[in-house]
Amino acid sequence: MIKAINVNKNFGEQHVLKDISIEYKPGICSLIIGASGSGKTVLLKSLVGLHDIDSGEIWYEGTQFDNLPFKEKKHLRKEIGMLFQGSALFDFATVEDNIRFPMDFFTDWSEDQKMDRVNFCLARVNLKNVNKLYPNELSGGMQKRVGIARAIALNPKYLFCDEPNSGLDPQTSILIDQLILEITQEYNITTVINTHDMNSVMEIGDQVGFIYKGNLLWEGNKDNILTSNCKELEEFVFASGMAKKVKQYMNA
Amino acid sequence: MKQTLGLVGKYFLLMKIVFSKPEKTKIFRKQFFTDTEKLVIDSIPIIAVISLFIGAVIVIQTASNIESPLIPKMYVGYMARESLILEFCSTMVALILAGKVGSNIASEIGSMRISEQIDAMEMMGINSANYLILPKIASATIFNPLLMLMSFILGLVGGAMIIMFTGIITMNQYTEGLQYAFQFYYIVYSMVKMAVFSFIITSISAFYGYYSSGGALGVGRSGTKAIVVSSVTILIANLVITQLMLN
Repeated sequence: MIKAINVNKNFGEQHVLKDISIEYKPGICSLIIGASGSGKTVLLKSLVGLHDIDSGEIWYEGTQFDNLPFKEKKHLRKEIGMLFQGSALFDFATVEDNIRFPMDFFTDWSEDQKMDRVNFCLARVNLKNVNKLYPNELSGGMQKRVGIARAIALNPKYLFCDEPNSGLDPQTSILIDQLILEITQEYNITTVINTHDMNSVMEIGDQVGFIYKGNLLWEGNKDNILTSNCKELEEFVFASGMAKKVKQYMNA
Repeated sequence: MKQTLGLVGKYFLLMKIVFSKPEKTKIFRKQFFTDTEKLVIDSIPIIAVISLFIGAVIVIQTASNIESPLIPKMYVGYMARESLILEFCSTMVALILAGKVGSNIASEIGSMRISEQIDAMEMMGINSANYLILPKIASATIFNPLLMLMSFILGLVGGAMIIMFTGIITMNQYTEGLQYAFQFYYIVYSMVKMAVFSFIITSISAFYGYYSSGGALGVGRSGTKAIVVSSVTILIANLVITQLMLN
């Protein structure tokens, strides 16, 4: 479980996160949604410690993460997997070496054990025969899968995904969403996903938090998001032409 | 001024993180040899070509400037040796490396920064500064003085070749000049300079790359700043080391 309590973050004069309090449970996909520039990515990066918060608390189970010393924070990060928006695969390494990377640093496994784990992770994300390819030889969807494989390489307890569907077609997006959901449920991981893709919300949004101008305006799930009374959320959800037609149909 | 001091402080804070114990010696060793190949071995062709030509040019220029029959021709070899060892093979080669290696390091690390690869390492609990920068500093600081020696020898060879082709002086006069009043200390001085310059090039370029921001344009700006700041710092360090070691 991850808990944020009254988290505030400023960049100079700009107050980006305003008193955000939210709790994320294991075994379900928790989504942070909101328009571009609303503070989603800042919240996600604050939760994992890539941004230092100005006030508030961030707890991982019984450990207050935000004020941990560097070494202990580093130790906890070994339990965190993260899929970045652009996949952030290492250009200098093959797919295999990308997935091995955390194993080389933090395990004493033999070469065979590492290779078994690499192949297991690749099989888990439905990739075959890509071990020796470099990231620039992969499609966007494949890069995301390799990113997920790398994120789960050390059996993390927590998984963070920053816009996992950005730049992907709708069908590939659904596959990536399903994959993240399966992995979350299979390993009982606490998964936090940052997205503005409403398809993802409707597919895997077991818990959804809507951020608007740095405020957490609404919390709920995929079942009650379409019937919320929050005006800003309604504008966000029904922003596309297709969604507007669905709404007209629902109203009728 | 305040901004410059802030940058200097940020640089030293980064160096503090860089000079921590590597996570695993095996990984550091692998990275060290990879960087040695990229930063040192790959620089050999350009340094070799430049050294050969500069050695030849120094010989021609010196010979053409010695007009007095009272000055022995062997001074051409002597002057070529002193020019190469005292200034060209360390300072000039370092300035060339600041352009080649410095932009390479700044753009490589800068690209990793803007594509979130460095964030990914930090997320894994890896000290990214230590992993990416320390092997580069170590390999360049250790091996570039050898590159300086190679440059010195090739500069002298370049001088010998132009004498063979033009007969501007005799080979005996040239070799006599090379051996005249030879001080081994100058080689030590030049190697020390090269080690310091290599540290400056790699650490400053890595600093600008590591704190790149603003997309591809930002990476370009980091590369330019890395070269300019490294070059100016090399010139200042050259003055300080020369004052300390030769005066």
